[in-house]
Amino acid sequence: MSAYDKVLLARAKDRPTGLSYINNIFSSFLELHGDRRFADDPAIVGGLATLDGMPVTVIAMEKGSDMKDKVRRNFGAPNPEGYRKALRLMKQAEKFHRPVVCFVDTSGAYCGLGAEERGQGQAIAENLMEMIGLKTPIVSILIGEGGSGGALALAVADQVWILENAVYSVISPEGCASILWKDPKRVKDAADCLRLTAQDMEELGVVEKVIPEDEACCGQIKESLSELLPQLLALPQDELLAKRYQRFRAF
Amino acid sequence: MNLMGLFRSPQNELEKGGKEAEDQGIRNSCPKCGVQLPITDLQENLNVCSACGYHFRIGPRERIFFVCDEGSFQELDGELMSRDLLDFPGYDQKLRNAKLASREKEGVLCGTARIEGLDCAVFCMDPNFMMGSMGTIVGEKITRLFEHATQCSLPVVGFTVSGGARMQEGILSLMQMAKTSAALKKHSDAGNFYLTVLTDPTLGGITASFAMDGDVIMAEPGATIGFAGARVIEQTIRKKLPQGFQTAEFLLEHGFVDLIVPRSEQKQAIAYLLRLHGQSPREEAAQ
Repeated sequence: MSAYDKVLLARAKDRPTGLSYINNIFSSFLELHGDRRFADDPAIVGGLATLDGMPVTVIAMEKGSDMKDKVRRNFGAPNPEGYRKALRLMKQAEKFHRPVVCFVDTSGAYCGLGAEERGQGQAIAENLMEMIGLKTPIVSILIGEGGSGGALALAVADQVWILENAVYSVISPEGCASILWKDPKRVKDAADCLRLTAQDMEELGVVEKVIPEDEACCGQIKESLSELLPQLLALPQDELLAKRYQRFRAF
Repeated sequence: MNLMGLFRSPQNELEKGGKEAEDQGIRNSCPKCGVQLPITDLQENLNVCSACGYHFRIGPRERIFFVCDEGSFQELDGELMSRDLLDFPGYDQKLRNAKLASREKEGVLCGTARIEGLDCAVFCMDPNFMMGSMGTIVGEKITRLFEHATQCSLPVVGFTVSGGARMQEGILSLMQMAKTSAALKKHSDAGNFYLTVLTDPTLGGITASFAMDGDVIMAEPGATIGFAGARVIEQTIRKKLPQGFQTAEFLLEHGFVDLIVPRSEQKQAIAYLLRLHGQSPREEAAQ
């Protein structure tokens, strides 16, 4: 399978989206809305749930189910208020010392007029800085498209996992081909060059785990989270943060 | 010959300046108002158009020359150079061209300096080196500068100019956004001051990381500052962008920049801010 085939799989219309992972892995999800500053961004959902009885804050990018829902959710391209809602929920998790689990799936942060007016760059920048210092465990799982800074804004974590057909990239293959070769048709070459597959991520040390996409997928994520989160919660805070710092310092 | 010559030989007509340029009547036209400016006048005016105030893009050593006390700049990690980590087609050649165009080894210049006698750490990105794009070495140099500044309790003054993350290093460039943010968070948590000066252009992954994290965010007049590039936004929304969108003035109006300071007043403004954040001139400190 070529890198570009993986890109197409990661974008496939019938691919499970954020909410389906939340509902299959956690119990009793209670969605919490809004960034308390401007609006509620439906491209990012977040709230409280339990994992084997343990309270967890879950945050997911959500591309939507049917066409109407996709439009309402802006096809999973968050606006600044989506990132600010995510940060609000993470700070809430920090206060009550419960772990945070993020599901990442976006072609990128939305490139719109309003997004720029309301500080898309500033919102992402703040998340990166706050997540590196968040005094509670964070695990991020790339489930589909990991589109650049818009994906990273939910993926500064103690561990980052990726599904076997998900991708993670600094720029879309289309963007890369048109900038580099002024030829949008060369997307396949661009996808190869960018090294954006789950397997590349493992090789480059960007993720700790590649999760096979089979019937056991959600079961495996649940099992792995049930094992890891209590371990991370038990770590002294300084150690947790020092390890997270080192994780990103290594690049 | 002005003092720029102490750092390196002039690389273009703009920098040659001096008597020779004057004799030959070398002029540079302002991209904004089109006025023909004699190179020597332009240089004396800090590369700002005397007719309309347009701020020309300048390289990092020129900027340091304008802002820092003469002879105070000590470069750090100047030997670090990018490698083609992912075997990306054409990257090696791009790096070679960038080195020729900028006469620098990488897209950011880092070091310590004094501004009106006040110690600080400084980084200046380089528009002539692949438009200041951030790969692993740009990220590493900025990270090391913040770590050094944290260790020595120094404020950091950072001049940003960048098209964003460097795509030729793929995901490793993206990781630099997290790495630099981590280092500046430690610097900030230790109570140190960080000032960013956003210059034309500051875009993409730079806006979405250390450019927007300053305790105080200054911008140069007219600078383009944003997350997405104008062309990408126009393609997304299928509309023309309004006049003045994503300028420093637009960001000020929308609350994302603290103040706009023309180049001629930057040194004084930066020194004032450093003083207010506990720096005292070196002579006094030594007593």
